[in-house]
Amino acid sequence: MTSETLGLHGGIESTGISHVVQAEAIDVSHKAILYLEGVTVSFDGFRALNDLSFSIDVGELRCVIGPNGAGKTTMMDVITGKTRPDKGTVFLGQTLDLTQLPEYEIARLGVGRKFQKPSVFENHSVYENLDLAIKAPKGVWDTLFHRRDSAEEDRIDAMLKQINLKNRMRDQAGLLSHGQKQWLEIGMLLIQEPQVLLLDEPAAGMSDEETERTAELFLSLEGKHSLVVVEHDMAFVASLARKVTVLHEGSVLLEGTMDTVQNDERVIEVYLGR
Amino acid sequence: MDSQVAPANSFYSRPAWFGLGIFSAVVLIVIPLLRLLLPAENPLHLSDYYLLMIGKIMCYAIVALAMDLIWGYAGILSLGHGLFFALGGYSMGMYLMREIGAEGQYRSNLPDFMVFLDWKEFPWYWAGSEYFTLALLKILLVPGLLAFVFGWFAFRSRIKGVYFSIITQALTFAFMLLFFRNDTGFGGNNGFTDFKRIMGFSLAHPGTRVTLFAVTGLVLILTLLLCRYIVTSKFGRVLAAIRDAESRTMFSGYNTRDYKLFAWTLSALLCGLAGALYVPQVGIINPSEMSPANSIEIAIWVAVGGRGTLAGAILGAAIVNGAKSYFTVAWPEFWLYFLGALFVVVTVYLPNGVIGLARRGDK
Repeated sequence: MTSETLGLHGGIESTGISHVVQAEAIDVSHKAILYLEGVTVSFDGFRALNDLSFSIDVGELRCVIGPNGAGKTTMMDVITGKTRPDKGTVFLGQTLDLTQLPEYEIARLGVGRKFQKPSVFENHSVYENLDLAIKAPKGVWDTLFHRRDSAEEDRIDAMLKQINLKNRMRDQAGLLSHGQKQWLEIGMLLIQEPQVLLLDEPAAGMSDEETERTAELFLSLEGKHSLVVVEHDMAFVASLARKVTVLHEGSVLLEGTMDTVQNDERVIEVYLGR
Repeated sequence: MDSQVAPANSFYSRPAWFGLGIFSAVVLIVIPLLRLLLPAENPLHLSDYYLLMIGKIMCYAIVALAMDLIWGYAGILSLGHGLFFALGGYSMGMYLMREIGAEGQYRSNLPDFMVFLDWKEFPWYWAGSEYFTLALLKILLVPGLLAFVFGWFAFRSRIKGVYFSIITQALTFAFMLLFFRNDTGFGGNNGFTDFKRIMGFSLAHPGTRVTLFAVTGLVLILTLLLCRYIVTSKFGRVLAAIRDAESRTMFSGYNTRDYKLFAWTLSALLCGLAGALYVPQVGIINPSEMSPANSIEIAIWVAVGGRGTLAGAILGAAIVNGAKSYFTVAWPEFWLYFLGALFVVVTVYLPNGVIGLARRGDK
């Protein structure tokens, strides 16, 4: 139902308007950038999210863990507008209710998402991938008459260096290794200059060295962006060593440091089974 | 492939410009001049048969470009593009019917089919059909608006892939049934024919025929340049991104529905234009143009030529229709078998079409 009402304000003519309500409008006066309250999502009677509430502060790096089916990916779907919750609200800052906005609007407001499986534009070159993702007006007319300026070229160039793909910039993204694709996708997120980064298993399929470098990258982003890292890899989560949220059966089981979490009876039970 | 990899917006390479220049010169200057200046016996004088055949193929090539834009680049397979072509044709046909004036069989101001149905006056939707400028407007607006409204609902409901294709097929079929009815007011299953004039010029006059031919050539060239501009622009790269990974495109901040709707509507407009150019040259338009098989054939042209390349779309339209002209004269009963075989061979052995074969040869 929500998507129907939304359909009306995104016509070709109105695409330019949304840029006026850009990231600057996010009101973070109460420290929290992302705030989920009482979010419930059911699929055919199965409650993927059950009255989930939690919040992320500006500039925070948060890890979210939980066994399979705990609702980690559904949570990301709700935040990014892919899934509409049956109940509850998702606020970006104090004023923007994301449950009322379409995916592209949420992305423009500064919520970037990395998928579990690397998702890049395989038939486009590495350079074009970044060029498509870069923060810029993204309406039909904007791209139809777009000319790349030197400021954009500089940003793409800097990003190519940051993600170590400068020498592959002309290659099709589909030809990159798994780890390189992961990095390209992270680069595509960063070049959108997001406020919040949602990263679904960013270290999956990476070599130990790549994992280590990814952890370093995320730690360097802390403070500039707010990051939510969903991971299965406990070693990776431990290496980030930040506040951890444990999800179980669609709601928060526990929040705390890695040490507290690892020694908690309930967490052990959930992970190891009864 | 090069255009996709190079970061620069390369519009056309020098050889490509050269080729396009030659094509333009031949279609816009050489053929028309030779037709008008040389006597019919001269071998350099293109015969009526070939003039019509090339004129038709150029109309089909415009349709193929329109189809490639939406299928090859945006990944949306339409099996109803014949409808937009026919609607453009009917819009032009209505005007041509009015140009007949009172010279029809029944010497009435009404078209013959209306006299036959015992209608006394034009239905309301024929109002203004005698004005050429209004006809031009309708040629663009009728297919464009229908595509816009259809696309608006289809893309908003996120109908994709085979479901979208089936609905477009149903759409053209429904319109065909509607146009078959005499009561619809478009001549029923006979459609419109026996045209006499366009803008006061006799359609039988060689000058008129050559002008229509040259205008078709010009529209084809402009359509090619427009499509090339679009697919080499950032818009074109977004379109291909939607084709390959729609979620990622949405999460990159693009309203993919607007992009699809724009490409879809533009594609329908181009088909309408092609249909309008086709009708005065061929001299007839009837509901069979809306038959599902016609729309499927359009997809075959593009598949044969190589989807995702504009030159491929034009080449495919030329190859398949050239073969069709030959077969339907030489072995009419084998044409459909040939078409089917062609489609199978291309699908199995040439996934990138004839253009793909040529490019593989380059390496």
